[in-house]
Amino acid sequence: MIHTAVTIALGLFGLAMLLAAWRLLRGPDVLDRVLAMDTLYVNALAVVLLLGIRYRTQLLFESALLIAALGFIGTVALARFAERLDSVGHRD
Amino acid sequence: MTEALPAWLEALAGALLVGGGLFAVVGSIGLVRLRSFHLRLHGPTKVSTMGVGLVILASMLIFSVIGARPVIHELLITVLVFMTAPVSAQLLMRASLARDPGAAPPRPD
Repeated sequence: MIHTAVTIALGLFGLAMLLAAWRLLRGPDVLDRVLAMDTLYVNALAVVLLLGIRYRTQLLFESALLIAALGFIGTVALARFAERLDSVGHRD
Repeated sequence: MTEALPAWLEALAGALLVGGGLFAVVGSIGLVRLRSFHLRLHGPTKVSTMGVGLVILASMLIFSVIGARPVIHELLITVLVFMTAPVSAQLLMRASLARDPGAAPPRPD
């Protein structure tokens, strides 16, 4: 039964990642893409945790922690970079 | 595949996992459907608090029962995500206002 629940949750998180990927491709603004990227890595973190539950291993915990830390750094860097772009993508 | 879990844990953890997945889908639908960037910033907060939070809760429960000892190191991820989500949201909103100052709401008096 827990197997079924993990499968359903994996499907739901996968659907959420697809929706975020649609926003990542669609835009329209740079910041929309950064926000979609942020959502994608948070969902990927949850998927890694779900796989850890499915395979009954705690080894995947460290990779989830790494995704959380590095994803945050990436979002901060992109947001600070986008702050200085104009609407067509040139740097001021 | 592996040893069976007690029935109450299966029910509780299953409900937490499916609930977390539902929150993730709701947040991403918000990301796709809402009209402007300032509204869209609202959606993914559901994913990072409730979605990941419930999955981490279920994971802690399952590994605590399997190992017959409290396993709480998953809380590190919760702390990290809960600390970083407001910071990145604030930076994104500040960048958005720097790019388009006209979108700022009027200042309250």
